[in-house]
Amino acid sequence: MPSTRRPPTARGLGVRAAALAAVLLGAIVLAASLGAGHARPWGAWDESARAVLLDVRLPRVLLAAVLGALLSAAGTVFQALLRNPLADPYVLGVSGGASLGGVVALLLGVGAVGVPVVSFAGALAALVAIERIATVEGRLNVVTLLLTGAIFNAFVGAAIFLIESVVSRDELHAVVLYLLGRIPSPSWGALAGTAAAGALATIPLLAMTRAYNVMSLGEEGAAQLGVDVERVKRRTFVLGSVLTALAVSASGLIGFVGLVVPHILRRLLGPDHRVMLPSAILGGATFLVLADLAARVIVAPAELPVGVITALIGGPFFLALLRRRGSSHGAA
Amino acid sequence: MARLELSDVGYSYRDRRALDGLSLAVRSGEVVGLLGPNGSGKSTVVGVVSGTRRGYSGSVRLNDREIRDWPPRELARAMAVVPQETSFGLPFSALEVVLLGRHPHLEGLGFESARDVAIAREALARCGAEDLAGRDIVELSAGERQRVVFARALAQQPSCLVLDEPASFLDIRHQVELYDRVRELADSGISVLTVLHDLNLAAEYCDRLVLLRNGRVLADGPTAEVFTYARLRECFDTEVYVDLHDLTGKMIAIPMSGRVQRRLRPRE
Repeated sequence: MPSTRRPPTARGLGVRAAALAAVLLGAIVLAASLGAGHARPWGAWDESARAVLLDVRLPRVLLAAVLGALLSAAGTVFQALLRNPLADPYVLGVSGGASLGGVVALLLGVGAVGVPVVSFAGALAALVAIERIATVEGRLNVVTLLLTGAIFNAFVGAAIFLIESVVSRDELHAVVLYLLGRIPSPSWGALAGTAAAGALATIPLLAMTRAYNVMSLGEEGAAQLGVDVERVKRRTFVLGSVLTALAVSASGLIGFVGLVVPHILRRLLGPDHRVMLPSAILGGATFLVLADLAARVIVAPAELPVGVITALIGGPFFLALLRRRGSSHGAA
Repeated sequence: MARLELSDVGYSYRDRRALDGLSLAVRSGEVVGLLGPNGSGKSTVVGVVSGTRRGYSGSVRLNDREIRDWPPRELARAMAVVPQETSFGLPFSALEVVLLGRHPHLEGLGFESARDVAIAREALARCGAEDLAGRDIVELSAGERQRVVFARALAQQPSCLVLDEPASFLDIRHQVELYDRVRELADSGISVLTVLHDLNLAAEYCDRLVLLRNGRVLADGPTAEVFTYARLRECFDTEVYVDLHDLTGKMIAIPMSGRVQRRLRPRE
């Protein structure tokens, strides 16, 4: 970090958020303009181009933006909760419930609408179970939470392997593709529902950002500065898990967004969560819009799983950043 | 003006009684030192007083109001705690760490105002750490970091200060500088309760001492009365050489090796 960094102000946040929002808007326009066929937001508006643009491409681009925002926000708040920069949205086990639910629904043939619903239900069931287990003497124990999540994910992984080993070849292919993550073209209603639910869960998280800063002193230090630590921890776990569940149930397991985006922004903007979380929401949206664009166009008219793209782009970019900045903040 | 008063306080961990019938008081403008061997309950007292250990019996009052009845933010405006060591999860600058001390004073989402930043800078200056303001907290030495943490406590603008062995990792100069500042704060009317291990710092800076042993008060009184060979020996269960320092007029204590102690014992 530059040693001249000043404490963040509301104005500084406004400037950064406006810049990031402009970048996001640019990414959305770009992604909506490119792809199979020649539909463009500008130029000749014939009926088929209009249909491709408004009913297929734009909803998908906007869903990518929403999901990127959800995953990046969840990663940011889980990193704050666990005081660990390696946390991602999937680390606390809720994604395991979502993917197991999704796989089961897929194989039962509940249809394109049913899969996300069952997947979300699986995530909520996992959320409740994990919170129960990690609550010791009325307190949410963060270490137990992490262990429970890790073990639950391993268990689910084994369960999914078991399923994969007994299903048919076609079913196996469908399951693998589902788990790799793919952003569908949603109906406008489904898009609005996901966006609204995500916004509702995100607003209380934004309200806790100053408390996250104080929590970096540890739970006891934060309590001595007047933070209601138990409430912050529980709300963060529940709301971050809901964001994760929304994302995984809509698109499968898209990795790296929730890990890399918060990390990059923390390095660029400093660790203050009041700046970080809004920036991570906008940055995550941009990242996934561009990654999904790449997934659509690289081998067009075929498609790559977007989760593969996020890892292929995010991994090297992240490592380059680590090397360039030196390792002094590697632990922070 | 603040008055901290514990009366008949008990506290138990799962299977162990940590505090038993403990009473003590800290008046405004007073530095009270809490001394005792490891495991005597000193840190538990800090936990109870600072509101992080709420399951105590008896009464712990700040300004005649029970600690567990204080809303946490209000308590954080009245009392600041400086721990032995703070682990920092994020690479905040020193100034940003000090600004965390303004948290209990801020409402809602708020960013700190220019006034908050001025208070934080003044707190840093008071701790001789203004040149550290822009430095990354995780890159500071232990001594520098503790100065920043102390400035953070000052930025809370407390009327009561609780210190839990704050000088343990500091060299002798930084120990003296830290307690000089503590003394100044007490002289301006703040009440200070400090846990210490260094007997000579206790003798030099504390108005009164409380000796703890097995969760009970062994002695409580003006430093000159409590700081005696017999009392320290009983408290710590070891021989200590105690004398009056010619230059300062304060008591000093010097440890003696086991070999020396064995040589002395037959002559008792």
